[in-house]
Amino acid sequence: MTATSLSSSQGAGRAGDKIFSGAALAAGCLILAVLFGVALFLVVQAIPALTAPAAEIQGGKGFFAYIWPIVVGTLIAAVIALVIATPIAIGVALFISHFAPRGLASALGYVVDLLAAIPSVIYGAWGAAFLAKEISPAYNWLAENMGWLPIFQGPASATGKTILTAGIVLSVMVLPIITSLSREIFLQTPKLHEEAALALGATRWEMIKMSVLPFARPGIISAVMLGLGRALGETMAVALVLSSGALTASLITSGNQTIAAEIALNFPEASGLKVSTLIAAGLVLFLITLAVNMIARWIISRHKEFSGAN
Amino acid sequence: MSKRIDVKDLNVYYGDFLAVEDVSINIEAKSVTAFIGPSGCGKSTFLRTLNRMHEVLPGARVEGEVLLDGDNLYGPGVDPVSVRAQIGMVFQRPNPFPTMSIRDNVLAGVKLNNKKISKGEADVLVERSLKGANLWNEVKDRLEKPGSGLSGGQQQRLCIARAIAVEPQVILMDEPCSALDPISTLAIEDLINELKDQYTVVIVTHNMQQAARVSDKTAFFNIAGTGKPGKLIEYGNTQNIFSNPTVKATEDYVSGRFG
Repeated sequence: MTATSLSSSQGAGRAGDKIFSGAALAAGCLILAVLFGVALFLVVQAIPALTAPAAEIQGGKGFFAYIWPIVVGTLIAAVIALVIATPIAIGVALFISHFAPRGLASALGYVVDLLAAIPSVIYGAWGAAFLAKEISPAYNWLAENMGWLPIFQGPASATGKTILTAGIVLSVMVLPIITSLSREIFLQTPKLHEEAALALGATRWEMIKMSVLPFARPGIISAVMLGLGRALGETMAVALVLSSGALTASLITSGNQTIAAEIALNFPEASGLKVSTLIAAGLVLFLITLAVNMIARWIISRHKEFSGAN
Repeated sequence: MSKRIDVKDLNVYYGDFLAVEDVSINIEAKSVTAFIGPSGCGKSTFLRTLNRMHEVLPGARVEGEVLLDGDNLYGPGVDPVSVRAQIGMVFQRPNPFPTMSIRDNVLAGVKLNNKKISKGEADVLVERSLKGANLWNEVKDRLEKPGSGLSGGQQQRLCIARAIAVEPQVILMDEPCSALDPISTLAIEDLINELKDQYTVVIVTHNMQQAARVSDKTAFFNIAGTGKPGKLIEYGNTQNIFSNPTVKATEDYVSGRFG
C-alpha cells in the first residue's frame, strides 16, 4: 500500500457520507425554520390585535380582557383531565408492569396504545352524543347535593355539554400517554431495589411504595407534563363537546371555553381584526404549550442524571 | 433470637427445569454456615429458597420441607411476606434505597412491620443497628444524608444494619463481599463473626479462604454438567471440609483443581 491509496481510497463511501450528513443537516435546519416561521407568523399576524384600541376587540374591553377567560378555561379543562387521568394511568401502568400475568400485560398494553390511535374527532363525537347525555343526571345530583361548592353550583346543564364533560373526554385522551410512559419507567426499576424491599418483608404494594414509586417519580412528572401538553392543545374534542360561554366557576353548567376550541369555532367566519385576535390567542396557546414542554424536557434531563448516577 | 433451619429432601424448580435436587441439610442456630461451589451449582438458588425469595421469579417452586425451628416455611397458609420478615437477606451488590437517608434505610424494614415507632425508640434502634453493623462511627454525623453517598463497603454494612434492625431469626448473605475491595471485605468478615453471637448466619461465597475464615460449617454444592441439577455433595465442619474432605469432588474443588 502506498500513500496515494491511503488518501484516495473509498471515494464512493465518502460521497455517501457527504450526502447523508448534508441531508441530515438540511432536515434539522428545516425543523428550526418551520418552527421559526410559525412563531414569526403568529407574532406578525397578532400585532394588529395587540395594538388595536380596546373598543375594537371582541367584547369591547381589549385583548387582555378577551384572552384571560379562555386561558383560564383551557387550564381548567386540562387540570380536570390530569386529575382524572393521572391516578388511573399510574394504576394501569403498575398493573401492567407489576401485577398482571405476562400475557394479559402485553394485551392490555396494546389496548392502551390503541387508545392513543383513535382520532380526536371520534372522542369528540362520543363525548357529545353519548357521554354528555349519560352524565347529565349525575350533574343534577351534584348540583342538588354539593351545590354549596362553587364548582358544583347549579342549575346543571340539561345537555351535559359542560367543561367537566370536556375534561373527562380529555382525560381519556391523555390516559394512554401517561400510562405508556409510566409503564416504561416502572419496568426500569432496578431488580436490586425491589428485592431489597421484598427481603425486608414488604408486601408487593409496600415494595412498590418503597422502591418503584421513588425511582419513577421524576418520570411520572414528565409523563404528566406531556399529557398536559396534549390536553392544552386539544381542539376537536372540546369544540364538539363543550357548549361554550362566558367564564364561570361552576363546572356543571354550560359556559367556559378553551383557546383551541375558540379558534376552531370562530376562524371560518372571521375577518379583519377578528382574525388577528384569534391568531394572537393562538400565540398565547403556543407560548403556554412551549413552556409546558420545556419544563417537561428539563425534568426528563434531570431524571437522566439521577438514574445515571445510581 | 435465633433459630435453626432443617431442610428435608428439597427440590427447586424453575418451571419444568430442576435447578437443585434433593438437598437435606441441618443448619445450627447461632453459627455461620458457608455454601461453596462452582458458578451455576445452585447454591444461591438454594439460599433464596430459605426465605422464599426465589418466588420473585415467575415459575419458581419447590418440593420438600424447610423447617425453621420445626415450622415448615412451605406449609399451607404460610405467608412468604412474614417468612422474609423473620429471615433477612443481604445481597451480592449493596442495595440501599437510593432516595432514602441513611437513617430511613435502617428503619425501612421496621416501619413495614410496626408503623408506629416513636422518634426516641427509632433513634435508639438506628444507633444499635448501625453499631451492630460496625458503621455507627463512620455515619453518626450524617444520618440524614442519602445512603447512596457511602462507599460500597459502607453501603453493604448499611444493608446489614437494615437487615438486623428488624431482629430476624436468620440472616442470609448471598456473596456479600463479591463487589467489595479487600479492606471492606475484612470489615464484613469481622462483622459476620460478631453476628453469630446473636443470629444464625448462612453465607454463599466464591471465596474459599473466606469460607474457611468465617464459617463453622461448610456445604459444598456441585453440578454434573450444564443443564443438570445442582446437588449438595458434602456438608460438615469447615475444618474437615478443607483439610480432610471425604468426597473426591470436594477435595478437587477446595484444593483448586477445578472451579
